[in-house]
Order: sequence, then structure tokens, then C-alpha cells
Amino acid sequence: MSQTTVENEALQVDTEKGNFHYPENYSFDAGVGLTEDTVRYISRVKDEDDWILDFRLKALDIFQRKPMPTNWASEDLNNIHFEKIRYYLSKGQKPSRTWDEVPDDIKQTFERLGIPEQERKFLAGVEAQFDSEAAYSRMKEGLEKEGVIFVGSTEGLMKYPEIFRPYFGKVIPTADNKFSALNSAVFSGGSFIYVPKGVKLKQPLQAYFRINAENFGQFERTLIIADEGAEITYMEGCTAPKFETTTLHSAVVELVALKGAKIQYITVQNWSNNVFNLVTKRGLAEEDAEVKWIDCNIGSRLTMKYPGVVLKGRHARGEVLSIALANDGQHQDTGAKMIHLADNTTSNIISKSISIGKGRSTYRGQVHMPKHLKNCKNNTECDALLINTNSRTDTYPAITTRGLGNTVQHEASVSKVSAEQIFYMMQRGLSEGQAMSLAVNGFVNDLMRQFPMEYSVELKRLIDMEMEGSVG
Amino acid sequence: MSTTTMDDLPQLPTGAADFAILPDEPAWLIERRRQAAADFEQLPMPTAKDDRWRFATVSRLRNEWFDAPLSLVESTNVQSIIQRSKLVDSYAGRAVFVNDKLTQFNPLSDALAAQGVRYLPIERAMLEMPELMHERFLVERTTLGSEKFHAWHAQMVKSGMVLYVPRNVSIKEPFVNYYWLDGEGARCFPHTLVVAEDNADVSLVDVFFSADEGVAGIACAASTLYAGAGAKVFRKVVQDWNEQTVSFQLDKTLADRDAAVKNVAVNIGAAAARYENQVQIDGAGAHVKLYSLTVAEERQEFDQRTLQVHNAPNAVSDLLYKNALLDHSRTIFSGLIKVAEGAQQTDAYQTNRNLLLDPTADANALPGLEILANDVKCSHGATTGNFDPQELFYMMSRGISKRAAMQLMVFGFFEEIIEKVESEELADNLRMLIHNKFDNKVVQAKTL
Repeated sequence: MSQTTVENEALQVDTEKGNFHYPENYSFDAGVGLTEDTVRYISRVKDEDDWILDFRLKALDIFQRKPMPTNWASEDLNNIHFEKIRYYLSKGQKPSRTWDEVPDDIKQTFERLGIPEQERKFLAGVEAQFDSEAAYSRMKEGLEKEGVIFVGSTEGLMKYPEIFRPYFGKVIPTADNKFSALNSAVFSGGSFIYVPKGVKLKQPLQAYFRINAENFGQFERTLIIADEGAEITYMEGCTAPKFETTTLHSAVVELVALKGAKIQYITVQNWSNNVFNLVTKRGLAEEDAEVKWIDCNIGSRLTMKYPGVVLKGRHARGEVLSIALANDGQHQDTGAKMIHLADNTTSNIISKSISIGKGRSTYRGQVHMPKHLKNCKNNTECDALLINTNSRTDTYPAITTRGLGNTVQHEASVSKVSAEQIFYMMQRGLSEGQAMSLAVNGFVNDLMRQFPMEYSVELKRLIDMEMEGSVG
Repeated sequence: MSTTTMDDLPQLPTGAADFAILPDEPAWLIERRRQAAADFEQLPMPTAKDDRWRFATVSRLRNEWFDAPLSLVESTNVQSIIQRSKLVDSYAGRAVFVNDKLTQFNPLSDALAAQGVRYLPIERAMLEMPELMHERFLVERTTLGSEKFHAWHAQMVKSGMVLYVPRNVSIKEPFVNYYWLDGEGARCFPHTLVVAEDNADVSLVDVFFSADEGVAGIACAASTLYAGAGAKVFRKVVQDWNEQTVSFQLDKTLADRDAAVKNVAVNIGAAAARYENQVQIDGAGAHVKLYSLTVAEERQEFDQRTLQVHNAPNAVSDLLYKNALLDHSRTIFSGLIKVAEGAQQTDAYQTNRNLLLDPTADANALPGLEILANDVKCSHGATTGNFDPQELFYMMSRGISKRAAMQLMVFGFFEEIIEKVESEELADNLRMLIHNKFDNKVVQAKTL
């Protein structure tokens, strides 16, 4: 194979789709930098109860005291300037009920992103977040009648405290890490969802997140509770225009699957190349429940995201399926955590990463089986594909096992697309780029088949575009 | 083979300004010790926040270790200890140290000496091979977390063997170094330095033993292996300190072009044993194998950190660490493969297998990869599990008692490593050591 330099036309083509922004004229703006006043301002604008403000202030204190985790994480974190970030921006709009009520420029943004089309495909509900607040939310009336609640974070805590408050901040405590503390202090927007007992949503619920303002930090907060026997699939997508300066996205997502419930959470992250994407995601699975994370990271400058499942009840199942694609200037630091806390729990982690050009992909995982547990199983597979000679991949799993009848297996492999494969395909008339693209799609294919249709088609297309011009 | 018994080593120097430990230390060595002492002072005791000590029980680390008086604990059993130094019967050279004192030295044959081979204790090597020692002794250090302990070693080391093998010289029998601890509060700082020139072929065995059970000791060992182009070096390490002893073993191997290095470590003893093993491949086509087996019982903690660095293309490194755990014991395996940019066509493997024999035992695995080249074959695997009940059933249904069946399975688990020592005699002795440790345990047979 001949070597050529890596060109990322494909990447640019792709992010162009989200690379536009509208003039900023926000009614509410918490200004630049983070102090107690910022937090009080956010809470006042949102008209929150005192306990929420107290929660935020405590979180701020924890955030300020916690050091950056650079003892194990990328030094790039030090390039986040917390004092230059804007923590809250909103046009003061409340979530609208019909598409017509959405302010025009926001509507244009979302139309360009194709959200109404998504809805036309009979998706059960859509919520779009534009900077700090949800701009549009809609859910099929039938679901409302069944008792499904789909609201923003503040609305959820204020209107349905008896449902959401017991779990809010419980799956991911404020002090879990520096960025969960930051989110807890300044969170805004996101989705709070409750699915009542036995209700099985046939269509997925959807959310879109978009950053429009420069130097803005987005801190949405999501809490999904699936009551006994309920089932829900939730999808989120993320984009941002390219700004000169870096932008921060730091979300907290908590999932609670009560007895026998199933939650599937799908993310396609395609932030522009200068977004720090530092997200804490964790699910709690009670007896016989199942939590499944499907996580695709294609955009951002640095992503640090390790979706986890706490397997709290017997026979609970946890799964993380993850695809990461790191191009020039990108570091996808992703992984999974499986905390087994009951007998007969099983977990499965499959992670596939592709590094192109000087891109770097990292797998970081934790599997924990404490004492006195019986018959727990974990399977972890990490496969990395390196496209160019200067691509990079790392794997750092941590596995603790005790107890009886527990088995853990971890395997990781690193490979490149073999010259024979490419030769074989080229010999049959494909161009080298097509051949490479086909090989890469083959690499992630078995994982992609588990994704919902629209997503696997979308992903395949994204990968094709990323691969263009990257082959030597 | 002649036998020399070394007389008592001279008194240790007093006075803080003097960093020399051995008589007639050259200036460069005194300077290295001074630097080590400065590093030691400046480096903090590891804490749980240090990722390189993740999962380790750092509360076991004690500042009092460093305060113990410099004087040696006198051994009263030297003769019987020498008698017991018989893990390998036929050797090219043998040294027996008790509490850092050379008590028995079987030098190499005249024939080997005539070929230019040197096998000398440190205090003679530094005088008779000043250039080599200046270039190689205490030059490499660990980067895996025990820098403070390495500095302590460099400051204190006085016992140890230096093995030099010139080009194209091939030695069939192994060199065997025994390091014994005897008596309450005994300490030692064993050091092994091997320099194998191009196409040399040599093997050695380092043995760490305690004379008695029930007395606490501290061992802080370090070794460096230089394997020249095409050289073959085979090192076996048997660590069976008693279960009150704290052990550090900080090893580094440097492999040049086409060198073949093999390392087998058998870890049985110590209350807490930290084992850091770094391999650096600087020459294309080198082939390094790292094998280890560990039997952990009671409250023993084995903390193993490995690093395989590939700086050159077309090289192979293969690591297999197997641990069997009983009672409340803990093992930590943390390994990293680093493939540098340009080290294409690397084959690097890392496998950690843990066999949990009791539900209270605790196995931790941190297998890591950092790959900066694309045309490589790298993989790592870690598995932890119990006995396969089907295998057990199979044997029991053929009339083998449960205890015997379990024992067989444990030995089967280890046999993969044992057979790598390529010496029937040593393999048998190792099986015996494991037997001794295991027998009672498995016979007590936790009913699964």
C-alpha cells in the first residue's frame, strides 16, 4: 500500500452540516465565569425551589475543591478555561408545544439539522435543546395518556418531585467526579422521563442538543426512570458549529431501571472538533432489569465518557456497545464501567475504535465484582483499528474479581486493515478508498447490526465520509 | 571448582557525608549513591492517588523500614543455609548471600574465565571491571511507581552479582545466586547485573529465600539485563520469602537487535510483594518472553506491574502471568504494552489468568495497551474465574477424590509456566515448592 498524507475533507463535509450559527440575542445570560452568583442567577431565572439551589451550591463547592483528574486523564483538560465559559444562556422561551410557536431562528437551526423530519418518522417524542433550555418538545398524545412524563430537568424537579427527586443525583452523586459536580451546580435543560409500570414504548424518544454560542458550556441533565416492567429507548444527538475557541459540554445522565424494566440509551455524538465532551453516564439496574448503552462518538476534540451500569438486583444485565472514531486532532477517551452488586448479574462490553491520521482512541474500563457474589459474568471485547502509520490507540481496563463462580474475560486486539484484504477488493475493481471503507464498515458491522435502523444507516454514511481521503 | 568463603565485610561507614557503602568505592559510585539518597529524600511515599499504585494496599508501606540501623543482622545458621542452597545442582557459578553478606562463592571455571566471562560480586566487579560498572551499574531505574524504593536500593546496595559474557560465548550451565534473609528485622538489597554481548548465550537463576518462618524481614532487590544483538539470556527468579517479609523486586531488561530474552518468575512468598518488570526493546527483531506464576494465600498481596516497550520494529514480546488465589489473598496485575511510533510489525501479547480458589480472594487486572504504530499485532487478555465444575466432575466421575482433582487442576494451571523453565531439575524443585505451599491448603479443601 502506498502512503499518502491524511486529508480530512470528509470530516469537514460532515461537520459543515452543523456548522452554522445565529446571532446571539439572549434574554437571560449568566455572564462569563463561574461563581456563587452565577449559580444563584441560574436558579433564580428558572424560579427553582430552595432545595434545588442548595443542591447546586453544594455541588459548586465540591467542584471548586476537586482537582482535575489529570493524574490519569489527558493533560488536554488543563486547556479548559472555566473562567472564560458562559454557563447559562436562554431566550427565555419555555418548551413550546407546537412547532409553530418555536422562535424562527431556533426553528431554522433545527430544520437544518433535520429534526422535524425525524419526528415525521413517527418517533414518539422529540425534545431539542438549544444552548441551555429546551426549545421544543413534543410527545405523542397517546403516550401522555399512558402516564409517560417527558419534561425538562427543572420542570421535572418542580412539577413531579415525588417521582424524580428520590433518584435525582443518586445514581451519580454530585461528588462522583469534577465534571459531575460542575453539572450539578449549573445544570439546565435535558430530559426527565418517567415510564409507568408495564408501559412499553414501541418508538424511541429523541433529544437533540446543540451549542450555538461561542465559549458556551452546555450542562444538560437527564434522568430516565423506567418503572417495573417498563421499556424505553432514548436517542440523543449532538452538534455544534465551529468556533474559534473551545466549547464545553458536560452532561450528567442517570438511568433507573426498576424490576424487570429495560432501558436502551443511544447517543450519536458529532460535536465539532473543538468541543470538550466530558459526560458522566450511569444506569442502575434492579432485579431482572436491563440497561443498555449504545454510544457512538465521532465528533469533539476530547471526549471522556464511560457509560456505566450498577447491577443492583439479581439477574440484572448491563451492556455497553461503543463505537469511536478519532480523526486528526481528536481524542476519543471512552469506555465502560460495570459494577456488579448482586448474584447472577451479567454484563457485556463491546468497544470498537478506529483511529485515522493522528487521531487517538482510548478504551478505559472498569469491571468490579466484590466479595460474596455468585455466578456473575462479564465479557469485554475491545478492538481497535489503526488506519494510518501515525494513528494511536490505548486500552486501560481495570478488573477486580472476587466471589464464587464469577467469571470475567477481557480481550483486546489491535489491527490494521490487511494489505491482502485491500488487494483482494481492488483486484475486483474497487478503488482503494472504497475498499478501505468497506473494510472499516466490516470491522464495525457486527456491532452496528444491533443499532436501530436509522442509526446504523447514518453511522455507515458518517464512517464512509470520514474514511474518504484517509487512505494511503 | 574451588570454594572461597568471604571474610566479614568491613564495618559500614559512619557519618552522613559519606555515602559509600563498600570499601574503596570509586568516586562515580559514591556520586550515584549521593544522588540516590537525594532522590530518596525528595520522592514521596506512594499514595493510593498514584495511578501506578491503583488497587495496592499502600497503607502497608512503612516509613519505619527506612529507619532501621545500618548494621547487619548476624546470621547464626550460615553453614546450614549454604547446605540448603541447592535448588539447582549443576551450575557454572554460584553465590550465596545471607543478610547481604556473601557467605559462599563458587566462581566460574578457568575455561570460562579464559574466554573472558566474568562472574563477580559487586565489590570486586567495581574494582576489576570499572568501565563496565561505570557504564551499566545503577544506571537504569524503574518508572512503574517504586522510584523511591529504587533510590533506596541504589543508596544501600552492597550484595549482588555481576555477570559479563563476551561476544559469541555460550554457557550451558546456569549461574545461581541465592539471597537469604535470616533473623528478625533482617534486610537485604540484592542486585543482579547481566551484560550479554552480541550472540552470547547465558542463563541464570536468582533465588530469594528466608531461613526461618515467623520473622519479619525486608528485601529490596533490583536487576538489569543487557542483551546485546543476537544474545540469548534466560533468567529465572524464584521468590519464596517467608510470609512476614516485605519484598520489592525492580527489574529491567534491555534487548538489542535479534536478542532473545526469557524471564520466568515464580512468586510464592512474602507478606506483600511488589514486582516491577520493565522490558525495553531497542533493536529490531528482538524476542522477549515474560512468564510468571504466583501462589497467593492467607493475607498475601502480590502487586505486579509490567511494561513492554517496543521502540524498534519487527520485534516480539509475549507476557503470560498466572495467579492462583486462596483465602484472603490479593493479586494485582497491571501491564502495559507501549508500541512507539515507527515500531511497525510488532507482535506484542499480554495475558493474565487468575484462578480464584476462595470467594474471599481478590484478583485485580489492569491490562493496558498504548499503540502508536498501525501495522502491529497486539492483543491482551485477562480472565478471572473459578474451577470449571465440569472438569472437576469429569475427574470425580473417574474415581479421583475431589481434593486430588482440585490439586491436579491447580497444577495443570501452573504447568504451562513450569515447563518454560526448561530444566527438569529446577522444574521438579519448583513443583515441590508449590506443593509445600499448596498441599495443606488444597487438602483442607474448601468445599466448592
